[in-house]
Amino acid sequence: METTRFSSIDANSLQYWILLGGLALATLVGVLAAHHMDLEGHHISGMSNQIVWGFPHVAAIFLIIAASGALNVASISSVFGKTDYKPLARMSGLLAIALLVGGLAILVLDLGRPDLLIVAMTKYNFKSIFAWNIFLYTGFIVITVIYLWMMMERKMNKFIKVTGFAAFLWRLILTTGTGSIFGFLVARQAYDAAIMAPLFVIMSFAFGMATFILVLMASYKWTHRTLGDVMLSKLKNLLGIFVAAILYFVLAYHLANLYATEHHGIERFILLDGGIYTFLFWAGHIVIGCLVPLALVFIKPMSQSRGMTMLAAGLVIMGGIAQLYVIIIGGQAYPLVLFPGMEESSSFFDGVVAEYTPSIFELLLGFGGICLALAIVTVGIAILEFLPESLSDKALSLDSARSNSI
Amino acid sequence: MRYKLDLDIEEVNTDRRDFLRRAATVGGLAIAPGVILYQTGAAKPADQAVSSQQRWGMLVNTNVCQEDCDACVTACNEEHGLWDLGRPETDAQWIRKLNVKDKQTGHVTSLPMMCQHCENPPCVDVCPTGASFRREDGIVLVDKHTCIGCRYCMLACPYKARSFVHEPLQDQLPHSPRGKGCVESCTLCVHKVDRGDNNTACAEACAKDGHQALLFGDLNDPSSEISKQLKQHGGTQIRADLGLNTGVRYQGI
Repeated sequence: METTRFSSIDANSLQYWILLGGLALATLVGVLAAHHMDLEGHHISGMSNQIVWGFPHVAAIFLIIAASGALNVASISSVFGKTDYKPLARMSGLLAIALLVGGLAILVLDLGRPDLLIVAMTKYNFKSIFAWNIFLYTGFIVITVIYLWMMMERKMNKFIKVTGFAAFLWRLILTTGTGSIFGFLVARQAYDAAIMAPLFVIMSFAFGMATFILVLMASYKWTHRTLGDVMLSKLKNLLGIFVAAILYFVLAYHLANLYATEHHGIERFILLDGGIYTFLFWAGHIVIGCLVPLALVFIKPMSQSRGMTMLAAGLVIMGGIAQLYVIIIGGQAYPLVLFPGMEESSSFFDGVVAEYTPSIFELLLGFGGICLALAIVTVGIAILEFLPESLSDKALSLDSARSNSI
Repeated sequence: MRYKLDLDIEEVNTDRRDFLRRAATVGGLAIAPGVILYQTGAAKPADQAVSSQQRWGMLVNTNVCQEDCDACVTACNEEHGLWDLGRPETDAQWIRKLNVKDKQTGHVTSLPMMCQHCENPPCVDVCPTGASFRREDGIVLVDKHTCIGCRYCMLACPYKARSFVHEPLQDQLPHSPRGKGCVESCTLCVHKVDRGDNNTACAEACAKDGHQALLFGDLNDPSSEISKQLKQHGGTQIRADLGLNTGVRYQGI
């Protein structure tokens, strides 16, 4: 009883090809930057033996967890039976796959030996959460492709709920695995915390929803399709709830650390005197990434403005990148504690805060991965019928009424 | 029929047997000195797997380690071809001198820090491809053929003992192969252990300088000097709270 009409977008316009060409060019530049780093060695990057994961990892992990969160809309529709969201489920699946591919491309291209990728695909150490993540990421793509097939092939619609539920569970495990990459690091002051896993799950909800809102608004505006206030309002409210939940988990993480004297050093570093990391935590993550978006989506009259919703989604993404920068790079910049309570010094930067400035190659690689994800979406919606022709309030209420009456 | 067949073989092989006997005698005399040397060095034959009967380790006596001495670091760099490229942030350091100052008393302890060759190494746990591995005899190594350069082990190591090769390499030493884009760390001079030197370059250099702060040996052999020293004077593990059971122990901290 499908009522929504889907159609691919018109790819014959000049604007479409300019957009796709720009994204493809940025992706190519990212690949070339990675190739240059590979040839010359990573010493031309800002990374070092102290900061072993840099900006490429921030961008990659952002995309990977946003991918998991982008599938939210489909899950809400298939798993929780909220039929209002059903017209957006296809787009949600496409964006999830695209973001994940973009993130994985960055991770792979930043490897010291990208030519040995086949080793990573064939030899596994199953005690490593990193090895598990390789399965979780590839499995996520496979499950989401099957999920999309069930949604787009009318004869297979009866399997939507089952595959939707599998995809929902899988992505929860995936983000748990991504958070555990840090949660399982026993020696680092900033990590070694079980809360990393649920924190990354809720971050994925917010970052994925913010990305979804922006991509949806842009694609509807540029294709002159109608996106009604009702749908947008639902999405923005969900975004607000997810952002509030991030604040809760971040608060719980820091409270636990502040209670334990052994963690006062890292807390002081992040919250008080960590320079760029303190600035990014308070100004980037807390204010720009959480408090301002919360005000924009919940306080009138901002909450009634479409522009403000778009701004809120953009700020959540910026704040999310800042948050990951603080977690990933700030966590490494703070020196390892080999002798608690002692002052350490050496020729290998023991006891000092490690310096890191991302090189142009890392920035281009990270940006290239983001553009690859967007390029996949741009191509996808032109080839297959991912987007509903209309998401007007009227069409939505009709859909909802029909679904409820079934 | 079978008897006849055996008889035929016996007849055919008579001359060949004589030849083999003579060849074995001459060959045996030729390689005998090598075999004797080989036995004296107690090296492990190349085709024989390492055994958990040994657990190689190191004892560091910080009481005699001199703050201004870095003979161990220099020896390691020379032994393994770790050239200084003038980029301290990215240059590899398999062993470093670490100064530890007590904030309360101002007392400074100087000690060498390197891979601690843990029994339960976090680097091995987190390595996605199994490139980081622990030999049966306790030496933790990186297989350069399967290390993809993800650097997760460097994040996991509690001792900051690992380095990433940030540039193309030249003039590598055959006994200590390295690889651009791979992670590496102290091998406990595994090439020397396997050829029967029973010592490491750093410990030899320390002894040569007259400090005797580093003692290499078999922790599983109660009659080894390292075991006797540890039994008599005790030893401390760095970050013992992590429960890694390190192969490198320290005295005086």
